[in-house]
Amino acid sequence: MTAQDLTLARSAVQPRSRADYEDFLYREAALLDQWRLDEWYELFTPDSVYEIPTVGGGLEAQPNNSLFYIADDYRRLHHRVTRLKKPTAHAEFPHSTTVHNVNNVRIEGADEDGVRVVCCFTTYRSKHHNTDTYIGHIYYTLAEVDGEIRIRSKRIVLGMNSLQPHGKISIIL
Amino acid sequence: MATVEMPGSKVGQWVRDDQQAGTFKVNREAFTSPEVLALEKERIFDRSWLYLGHGSELKNPNDFLTRYVGGRELIFNRSRKGEYQAFLNVCPHRGAQVVREPTGNAISFKCFYHGWAFNNNGKFATKSRPGTYPDDFDCNGAVDLARVPRLESYRDFFFISYDADIGPLAEYLAGAAEILDLVADHSPNGMEIVGGTQEYSIKANWKLLVENSNDGFHASETHETYFGYLMDELGGPDAVDLKSLDQINRARDLGNGHAVVETKAPWGRPIARPLQTWGEQAKTDAESMIAELNERVGPERALLISDRDRNMGVFPNLVMNDIMAITVRTFYPDAPDRMTVRSWALAPVGEEPEARHRRLNNFLEFLGPGGFATPDDVEALESAQRGYGAVKFAPWNDISRGMHRDPPRGDDEAQMRAFWREWNRRMEAE
Repeated sequence: MTAQDLTLARSAVQPRSRADYEDFLYREAALLDQWRLDEWYELFTPDSVYEIPTVGGGLEAQPNNSLFYIADDYRRLHHRVTRLKKPTAHAEFPHSTTVHNVNNVRIEGADEDGVRVVCCFTTYRSKHHNTDTYIGHIYYTLAEVDGEIRIRSKRIVLGMNSLQPHGKISIIL
Repeated sequence: MATVEMPGSKVGQWVRDDQQAGTFKVNREAFTSPEVLALEKERIFDRSWLYLGHGSELKNPNDFLTRYVGGRELIFNRSRKGEYQAFLNVCPHRGAQVVREPTGNAISFKCFYHGWAFNNNGKFATKSRPGTYPDDFDCNGAVDLARVPRLESYRDFFFISYDADIGPLAEYLAGAAEILDLVADHSPNGMEIVGGTQEYSIKANWKLLVENSNDGFHASETHETYFGYLMDELGGPDAVDLKSLDQINRARDLGNGHAVVETKAPWGRPIARPLQTWGEQAKTDAESMIAELNERVGPERALLISDRDRNMGVFPNLVMNDIMAITVRTFYPDAPDRMTVRSWALAPVGEEPEARHRRLNNFLEFLGPGGFATPDDVEALESAQRGYGAVKFAPWNDISRGMHRDPPRGDDEAQMRAFWREWNRRMEAE
């Protein structure tokens, strides 16, 4: 038995088909591209986290002992959404144009927290006649809540060396 | 009205410092011109003490890291004996970068190009067949890794200078040393850089970030959403102490182009100024921190350390902000309209895990490319840089605010004038 089988055996959430998760991730991407942030926020569970470690942090880094770019719990994520809707969130006023691409979706395992789904992403952000590209991998834990897929954790591991020339992560990746 | 800043008015090519009129103007060409940048490299960056790193980043003998400082790639390392050293990360043979990892531990370095090797004290240690090179080839240091001309530290903050004749670091730091003391005295165990570097670039001139980093005037406008968040967190506008922010608010010229603004801001501080929302444990922790501080540094300094917020600029390109967390930030221009920035979080050695977590949370709420404030600073700086495209017809920046106020407030612009006077002195080669 592999470690993955073992975790599956323990009261684990039964994974759905990959197509179901792909549909979910495509829908999430569409909400972000359309700046429907309230609806996007509803995709998260109340115990969720949304995290972007600094480069080199990867999966091992923890926000309680190393410096991240973003380490939001559900509450702070709500503030992030509230902030981004204000015209005084200057970096995103007027809103930039984004294209969130999701690909190479894989189901990596499951446990009682949910199903581990990993994908690659390419997100373009365009503003001031300039387009920045964010690339990397996203590690999701996707839960089942009342028959719907919900995000329990979303960790973005950037594939760039540094935020050059972006200067900021003012959008949601 | 009395003139309260440096006596005498100065009219230069880029800076117009008119004490009588109480106006201070900077020509926007200083932000756009390649000639100005070339002169800055020669007269400022190559003749200053530049921040290299913190001692805690090299915990053990033989530890090394690579870092870009003042336009050159460097190796910052410790020898077998534990001494701190700085070398140019350039092979004396044909110029390739000798060390290509960000960090590590090594007793020697070997260049990947042709295999020239060096001890970690920079000494040439390449084995070649007899007769390949003359016997005295490595006797005069010409094939050793080149040391950075000067390396000194103050309270574990390491600086280098490319000017072999520059005066001692402590002298250069002038009044900034006192502020570094306050940072270093947060903990009885010393301070350390937390793992993780925020590394980003801004499409703006580097001096815009100098100005922005201790600009008390922009906070309420630019960071409206951050303060909105803070108010929500604190339980509404009535719960926020904005009066102390208004009453305790000053700027100090620290000499040699360094300056600090000091306030009492409404946010929590991981060192002994907890917010209600941080809970009972944070309150208890704060009480014991204050007791420890009182004991160790006396009540006067304890208050400055625990209950005051400071943003300091050390000329030319180091920012030390001791605010809702401590950030060490340095930056360097790649072009007149572009800089690269590196930021770290500094924290007490041996900080309790809970307290460390609160600190980093607090850091991320405001600071850094993903925070609730820094992205808007980046936007403002880039916006100003775009505005400077009109320099020919709209040539002057105004930083006169509070020029006749004594003492100047943190939301005045005296701290920027301190920077610009030193900048001007060097650029005009006075």
